Amino acid sequence: MTEQVLSGIKVLDLSSEISGPWCTRMLAGFGADVIKVEDPNGGDIARKMGPFPDDIPDLEKSGLFLYMNTGKKSITLNIRSSPGLEILQKLIKESDVLVENFQPGTLKTLGIDYQNLVAINPGLILTSITNFGQTGPYSDYKASSIVDYSLSGHQFINGEPTREPLQAPPHQPEYQGGLHGFLATLVALYHRIQTAQGQWVDVSIQECMAGFHQFTITRYTYGGLIKQRGGNRYESDHPISIYPCKDGYVAVSASARPQQEQLYTLIGRPELIEDQRFATPLDRIANADAFDELLKPWLKERTKDELFHTLNEWRIPCAPVSEPEDLLKDPHFKERKFWVNMEHPQAGVLSYPGAPFTMTETPMNLTRAPLLGEHNENIYCDHLGHTLDDLVIMRGMGVI
Amino acid sequence: MMAEKPPLENIRIIDLSRVWSGPMAVRMLADLGAEVILIDAPQTRIKSKESLELLKQAKHNGRYFPYLPAGDPGDDPWNRQGTYNDFNRNKLGITMDLTKMAGQELFKRLVKISDVVVENYTPRVMKNFGLDYPVLQTINPRIVMISLPGYGMSGPYRDFPAYGTTLEQHAGFSSVMGYPDSGPYRTQSTYADPVASVTAASAIMLALIYRNKVGKGQYIDLAQIESSICLLGELILDYEMNGRNPKRMGNRHASMAPHGCYRCKGNESWITIAISSNEEWLSLCKALGNPKWVQEERFSSQTSRWHNQDELDRLIENWTVNYNNYELMNLLQHEGVPTGAVLNAKELVENAHLDKRDYFVKQDHPSVGIRPYPGLPFKFSDIQPTYYRPAPRVDEHTEYVFGNLLGISHEEIEILISKHVIGNNSG
Repeated sequence: MTEQVLSGIKVLDLSSEISGPWCTRMLAGFGADVIKVEDPNGGDIARKMGPFPDDIPDLEKSGLFLYMNTGKKSITLNIRSSPGLEILQKLIKESDVLVENFQPGTLKTLGIDYQNLVAINPGLILTSITNFGQTGPYSDYKASSIVDYSLSGHQFINGEPTREPLQAPPHQPEYQGGLHGFLATLVALYHRIQTAQGQWVDVSIQECMAGFHQFTITRYTYGGLIKQRGGNRYESDHPISIYPCKDGYVAVSASARPQQEQLYTLIGRPELIEDQRFATPLDRIANADAFDELLKPWLKERTKDELFHTLNEWRIPCAPVSEPEDLLKDPHFKERKFWVNMEHPQAGVLSYPGAPFTMTETPMNLTRAPLLGEHNENIYCDHLGHTLDDLVIMRGMGVI
Repeated sequence: MMAEKPPLENIRIIDLSRVWSGPMAVRMLADLGAEVILIDAPQTRIKSKESLELLKQAKHNGRYFPYLPAGDPGDDPWNRQGTYNDFNRNKLGITMDLTKMAGQELFKRLVKISDVVVENYTPRVMKNFGLDYPVLQTINPRIVMISLPGYGMSGPYRDFPAYGTTLEQHAGFSSVMGYPDSGPYRTQSTYADPVASVTAASAIMLALIYRNKVGKGQYIDLAQIESSICLLGELILDYEMNGRNPKRMGNRHASMAPHGCYRCKGNESWITIAISSNEEWLSLCKALGNPKWVQEERFSSQTSRWHNQDELDRLIENWTVNYNNYELMNLLQHEGVPTGAVLNAKELVENAHLDKRDYFVKQDHPSVGIRPYPGLPFKFSDIQPTYYRPAPRVDEHTEYVFGNLLGISHEEIEILISKHVIGNNSG
């Protein structure tokens, strides 16, 4: 792969864990030259988070790190030391984009807040990804996934009405910070192409997640109603739910009348078409338990794969509830060549999820994550003109 | 310095997408200045006296419509749908019948003067209209086209009907959501849909950047399910490395403790707390007033706290239940504890922090009045998002699109309307 859409764009990545790294990983996949700056003392904290092969921690084998950092170069640099800061400023001068996910105010402490950055490099795009944004009363508040879910209206509505609210899948708010950061950075790059102007992009994970409601907010701003926890059911019709089957679970989503009539017929209960208990959406919701008692035994005798194919042939939306194992074996993704095998010198060959979309002219290109400090020589010597002796000294001083 | 013009001001997008994933993707670009022509099929936004009478009758019989203002269809329910108005602000609205040859010809004329086409039909539809990418490319080589069907444009499931309510399960999200003793759960937000939206908006931006360089458009195939699987990579790698599928952990975390959702004072009032370090644990203890039990051996380390979570959670809830959740959050955050009040829809819309950041945008729509809608979730120092137009009323922009943009005369527009190729002008 030679010329990609972002070829020639230089990104300096000061971020760690998930949100920032996901943003820069997407930029790298489409051709940007990403230099990841890691702390000499153990690097990105994601290197210490699992999964690890056989659960044995190893800075070079964290599945989370390997996935978040494909296509990047890694250098080690103590940006809190003054020689480190000096080197960082040189790198900033050469960059188009800087991505960070520190708590607000940290850049200032480091001596590189936005005003300083602009003084070093006037066209720079600074993308900052934080839980609550750079301004406002919560800007200093701390958070993690479950806290982000709470303050964006998701925790309240998820889970069983009779039990405690339930967090949604792990790490998703951080992924969203990264995905939105990627989008916003592209917008800033597009703007810079036209105006030569850089800027500061402020991504708030709380806002990303608050924007992920289809009905909950409208139900209140239009209907004046506060959505309560809905368990596994859907608010406007039934059956749109998850059910146990012979070898796992399936999602059945018959939200239109023809689909429901097909389903009644398929399970051998065509008389339900005339049944007043299931005549309108409100009737079907009110009598959901009664319907489920009729549906469940039929599902229980069949496998998820059988149900997925049969219901879809009958034009009733249905899907298996997949686990990673199912996805890796699924013929659809194999045929679409979705998985990408990558070999890493320490972690070996693994199958990774591939591109989230295919582009006819400028496809994504994935290459393995870097070892800690793998590109020190490349960046410090070849780019910045240091000698190998300098590297020994800087290493001794704990700068790199 | 704030730019005078929004970045996408010279971009025109034809939006054929429906429901949520496509419309939200396009809305993000509309907020950045793109001119969007939203084409609805005439039968989906129909203004019929019969349907109005049925809705009014239902309302009279006590039916409440939660996505219409105050649950009331009013005189023009087709302009009052909350979710439609939410996802289609800043767009121009027309209706056009693409099953008719004349509709397809008009569409091609629009493609000639546009930059992007967005559609989320099942894969057969655009080809059946004779409007798939190879055709559009010959009309306008600079056109960027994106299709975002559930399963993508190829593969054995390509023609399966797919909804957000089946994709998040198939993508693997549901299997990691649930109580430790329960089966899998669906998200009440139908998470896979907006994931596809943000991913699609990014793909369009990439194609526009590329087009700026080389002057050429391209085609993007976005399988919604794949954009979701991409967000579960570490779980895929865990299976690859250890042959292990993930467990459902309720509100717990693989290494943090305490990590949970605790009852507060009042009805349906909750708070979440997530402790990731000893420092945060000590902050929590201080806020608790350092009661005797925090000194116990079983809570002395991160590991022992993790192993004794049942008891730890019970003791914490005995304390949280005495407080209002917002008050407790502010108190704990000031001590440095990561914690969040569990906001319901009303509290979210009224949240002081979001308000201070002007997150919700108030728009005045002629059929529903002034209401708040979520704005763009990121801010730029030099780009002002534009929220200049509420969602279009049915056929509101017929004159502008067909008259001004395509140069079609009044008489011809009337003929197209009478032949049901395009919709009956607004009202």
